[in-house]
Amino acid sequence: MVNSEERLARNRSESVMRDAPAGGHAASGASSDAMARRMRKRGESARWSWLVPTIYIVFLMLPIYWLVNMSFKTNHEIVTSLTLFPRQPTLQNYVTIFTDRSWYSGYVNSIIYVVENMVISVACALPAAYAFSRYRFLGDKHVFFWLLTNRMAPPAVFALPFFQLYSAFGMIDTHIAVALAHCLFNVPLAVWILEGFMSGIPKEIDETAYIDGYSFPRFFIRIFIPLIASGIGVAAFFCFMFSWVELLLARTLTTVNAKPIAAVMTRTVSAAGIDWGLLAAAGVLTLIPGAIVIYFVRNYIARGFALGRV
Amino acid sequence: MLELERVTKIVGSQTHIHETDLAFETGTLNVLLGPTLSGKTSLMRLMAGLDRPTSGTVRFDGKDVTGLPVQKRSVAMVYQQFINYPAMTVYENIASPLRLAGADKATLDREVREAAELMRLTPFLDRTPLTLSGGQQQRTALARALIKKASLVLLDEPLVNLDYKLREELRAELPRIFSESGAIFVYATTEPSEALLLGGNTATLSEGRVTQYGPTVDVFRRPRDLLTARTFADPPLNTIDVVKRGDRFRIDEAVDLPVPERLRSAADGSYTVAFQPNHLALAPQTPEAVGLKAKVSVTEITGSETYVHLDFADVRWVMLAPGIHVLEIGETVEVYVDPRHTMLFASDGEAVRPGERLAA
Repeated sequence: MVNSEERLARNRSESVMRDAPAGGHAASGASSDAMARRMRKRGESARWSWLVPTIYIVFLMLPIYWLVNMSFKTNHEIVTSLTLFPRQPTLQNYVTIFTDRSWYSGYVNSIIYVVENMVISVACALPAAYAFSRYRFLGDKHVFFWLLTNRMAPPAVFALPFFQLYSAFGMIDTHIAVALAHCLFNVPLAVWILEGFMSGIPKEIDETAYIDGYSFPRFFIRIFIPLIASGIGVAAFFCFMFSWVELLLARTLTTVNAKPIAAVMTRTVSAAGIDWGLLAAAGVLTLIPGAIVIYFVRNYIARGFALGRV
Repeated sequence: MLELERVTKIVGSQTHIHETDLAFETGTLNVLLGPTLSGKTSLMRLMAGLDRPTSGTVRFDGKDVTGLPVQKRSVAMVYQQFINYPAMTVYENIASPLRLAGADKATLDREVREAAELMRLTPFLDRTPLTLSGGQQQRTALARALIKKASLVLLDEPLVNLDYKLREELRAELPRIFSESGAIFVYATTEPSEALLLGGNTATLSEGRVTQYGPTVDVFRRPRDLLTARTFADPPLNTIDVVKRGDRFRIDEAVDLPVPERLRSAADGSYTVAFQPNHLALAPQTPEAVGLKAKVSVTEITGSETYVHLDFADVRWVMLAPGIHVLEIGETVEVYVDPRHTMLFASDGEAVRPGERLAA
């Protein structure tokens, strides 16, 4: 009798949370009260669950917002007051960048050596990754791991030898010098990513192609490349990202003709002080290419971070 | 004609294929039968030219093709996994061997549509392989192998990953489809019943060795040794060690069997008697059948048949009994075997057939 009543009360407490304590039996009342309290608590925590992500996103977006905000302000507004929105919005900063050759050539230089680097890295990494994924040879695993360890060295370590080497060959201040220097880091990364994607393709596809009569180059271009297209995209993206944000090597190896945008940005300090607005506008424009590139590989990016291994 | 002459394949410290001689006639169907890791695929890869044998020669129509790259051979191969070119349409997949051979457009189109029709792929020609079902994917691979009109067609367990019904269908169709081309047809399988259904010739493989090659039924009925007999039996072959004394096979002190007529002339000594699961029955099938007491350990009922696993002394037997039989586990039952349906193997595994040896 008690049992059935308690069960009844519990059932009721599930449907009508707050009415439960009104149940006749004392024990059943207490238990359903506790349950109701628990339910209420869970409801409260659900009500506040948006809070943490929101705080996180605000913290994440704040610097970016501030950068964009600043880029539309005048220097006077930036240094004299703290405003959430530009009081006198101006495009002057952007106009300066797009019209002053010393500014926009920074972007052009950066894009040139980044693209060169992407092409060289992926072109070198494709055959290497294929070899690592398809053939067993003496020391293959060691070489493969050693490739990755290249990435563990800070770029600054290589600045001096690179500078010395490129000076000797008269390559200082050329785009290709920076592109090649970045290959030291990007080729191993691209090899690792592509190897992961390639190992996901069964070897039997290669063999079927050979049996059908494909020669190796033809198979590689007609059959294999389309299969790992997303891998190539991801590898290229990672090369782009590294090369685009890398400052130290790029700055050391260039002077005038191949000066990257990040180096140009340091010039805003003049006798009249820092040109804040201009610097902010340059910063915004630096973010844009990355955002565009990441859009294209957004579906595969997670696999890229796993170095192609899933 | 495809000939393997003293071919071996050694990878690292492992011998995948021990010295093998095989010859497949043009226009024949050959089954490679053996359990997993018995070397079926390794052997096929050597035949195809995907791998180079460590030693020995591969001849095709009398010509040495040992080092010839696979592109230059007239070979088609279908794998157990469904292997197609995912980035191409089914049409392009099927067309690819002919396209590479430089066929003109009209011929190519006709051939592709013909092969697609045969494999019932016509409605899917514009789709890509990965959007098809497993059976359709495998049929695409088969159509591609078919269209090439190669003189050597290798099928490596092509039907394993298909569902039951499709398997039955394709198994019946495949030999017919390919026999029209006059190619040498090699089919690898782990299932003895599949080998028997396909017919032709069978080479049984065990641990990288070809144990016997001959007409399928012949290999099944007269295995050369115990290893072959075991490979070619599913459910597993029942065996029992016996000592022959005169006209009796003594199993132990209490139990013995009469020696059938044809084996009387064999010398006395230790032997292994073997018989197929369907030759074991719950009731005597013939007047000559001998009853043996065994303990039931597992029964599996498939509907039309019952597999009864029995413990006889310290060996495990399987009885394939028609109909449904409900037996208690642990129950002791009398099972009957006709000694005339037994095979006899010497202690080294050689089959003993005194009569035939005389005839030969």
